Amino acid sequence: MNFTDRTIHELHDRLRAGEVTSVELTRAHLERIKATDGAINAYITLCPEEALAAAAAADARIAEGRADLLTGIPIALKDIFLTEGVRTTCASKILDNFVAPYDGTAVARLKERGAVILGKLNMDEFAMGSSNENSAYGPVKNPWNLGTVPGGSSGGSAAAVAAGQAVATLGTDTGGSIRQPASHCGVVGLKPTYGRVSRYGVIAYASSLDQVGPLTRDVEDCAIMLQAVAGFDGADSTSVDLPVPDYRATLKDGIAGLKIGLPKEYFIEGLDPEVKKAVETAIAVCRNLGAEIVEVSLPHTDYALACYYLVATAEASSNLARYDGVRYGVRTESARGLSDLYSRSRAEGFGAEVKRRIMLGTYALSSGYYDAYYLKAQKVRTLIRQDFLDAFAQVDLLLTPVAPTAAFPIGEKTADPLQMYLSDIFTIPVNLAGTCALSLPCGFTAEGLPIGLQLIGKPFDEATILRAAWAFEQATEWHKESPHF
Amino acid sequence: MKITRPEVEHVARLARLALDDGEFDALTGEMDAILGYVAKLQELDTEGIVPTAHAVPMENAFRDDLVKPSIGIEAALQNAPDAADGCFRVPKVIE
Repeated sequence: MNFTDRTIHELHDRLRAGEVTSVELTRAHLERIKATDGAINAYITLCPEEALAAAAAADARIAEGRADLLTGIPIALKDIFLTEGVRTTCASKILDNFVAPYDGTAVARLKERGAVILGKLNMDEFAMGSSNENSAYGPVKNPWNLGTVPGGSSGGSAAAVAAGQAVATLGTDTGGSIRQPASHCGVVGLKPTYGRVSRYGVIAYASSLDQVGPLTRDVEDCAIMLQAVAGFDGADSTSVDLPVPDYRATLKDGIAGLKIGLPKEYFIEGLDPEVKKAVETAIAVCRNLGAEIVEVSLPHTDYALACYYLVATAEASSNLARYDGVRYGVRTESARGLSDLYSRSRAEGFGAEVKRRIMLGTYALSSGYYDAYYLKAQKVRTLIRQDFLDAFAQVDLLLTPVAPTAAFPIGEKTADPLQMYLSDIFTIPVNLAGTCALSLPCGFTAEGLPIGLQLIGKPFDEATILRAAWAFEQATEWHKESPHF
Repeated sequence: MKITRPEVEHVARLARLALDDGEFDALTGEMDAILGYVAKLQELDTEGIVPTAHAVPMENAFRDDLVKPSIGIEAALQNAPDAADGCFRVPKVIE
């Protein structure tokens, strides 16, 4: 039987029943990666020895009756998570030789539960991108159509789950980097509320926006993964000390009686007709399941992209100042003096998109422009956040498309940064507001590319969007489809 | 407001990026287009609006001042491009 297209909860049951061992599952996934990754390019680094050792330990733990839901489950991590003793590149040449000296908190929590880590996944360099074409290790291909992008920046994470190369993965979402690739690859992706999951040991892009979250085969797996990594961490000063609910316990409470808002600014011209139709069909499904659908307004939506690119690049220019060729990472061989060493190491190590964003951010923070750009954006951010809080005073959650189109062809938008940035217009406002949102499959285009549905929740109310998503998933068949390649 | 190449060169110096000619040319056009787009924020009246640095309202985060082991010199230096005597080595700063 094939074990590379199963969910965490099904595999957990089979592991406990003794029908399969973690070592067998891990071998099956390593084989699958070997057979498919030449075409997909989802992995940057594989850890077969570490994974098989962890699997053997997990089998011993299962035999002792101490199995957690994740014990023995083969997973993989976006290469932005520090993993002790394993190369961690963030898909950048500047970190090509970096071996992390410790585990980030989310990684440590998964290891404590006995998860098996297969390796590190491809991504856009420093998580900057919407198509996974900005990796120093080459682009990731979408398993549904190898000529299209998987989305970004967690494109490797989404593609690996879709292609059966890992049961579940972790990504990060700064402007939609979990939800948009989940949508393009037909998997479930969740961006938790800012502060819900620790960012300790996650390489920083834009610190006030970045959040860690799962990409999984179904909604129940998403709840399981979130449960494993959520919760306060004293090592991250932005981690929020709130109780973490039992997400799996409330999954089956249904969608009936929930009030769902449709923000009218998200159903606009430019939205692909096939995406629009799939989302409208999804709305009808929710209504049939007993949800009340109302129109709401997020009036500052049109300003979110401009606001995001100032806030994110400003924070990025500051975070990326740490790459100076002195303490870790690649150092130029042609430096004349210390200042030259910084400038050349950075110029040689960073890719084009990273340099573009550092330059924009440095400009926005520079003397004379700070008020007009950065401070202005932070004020507009307040308006965008207030839009969401006003909407959530009327409804329990919001429903929108994830992206204006399905996955686009590789190379189509690389020449025009602004066009590329527009592919995140429906996900970016959530990061600015700091709240939570989930992407799940809701249809396919005529060409067979997946379409995603976004459910946006109140701050720290991941339970409600998971519950609504689970009800939708039970009523539809979209999540049961797998790519054939 | 048009972005000029000397401005881009100035920003590159601030950002410590030794860019080449082609990069300066490309960035001058791209930054001009992107900054032209983000200028739409000026349409909004934000007089009296408090800026948001963090979306989640938080008081300062305090923890007990306890001594805990850190990663140690060896681990801290394991990724150093050049190290000597427990220190990171860099080119001479003073002539």
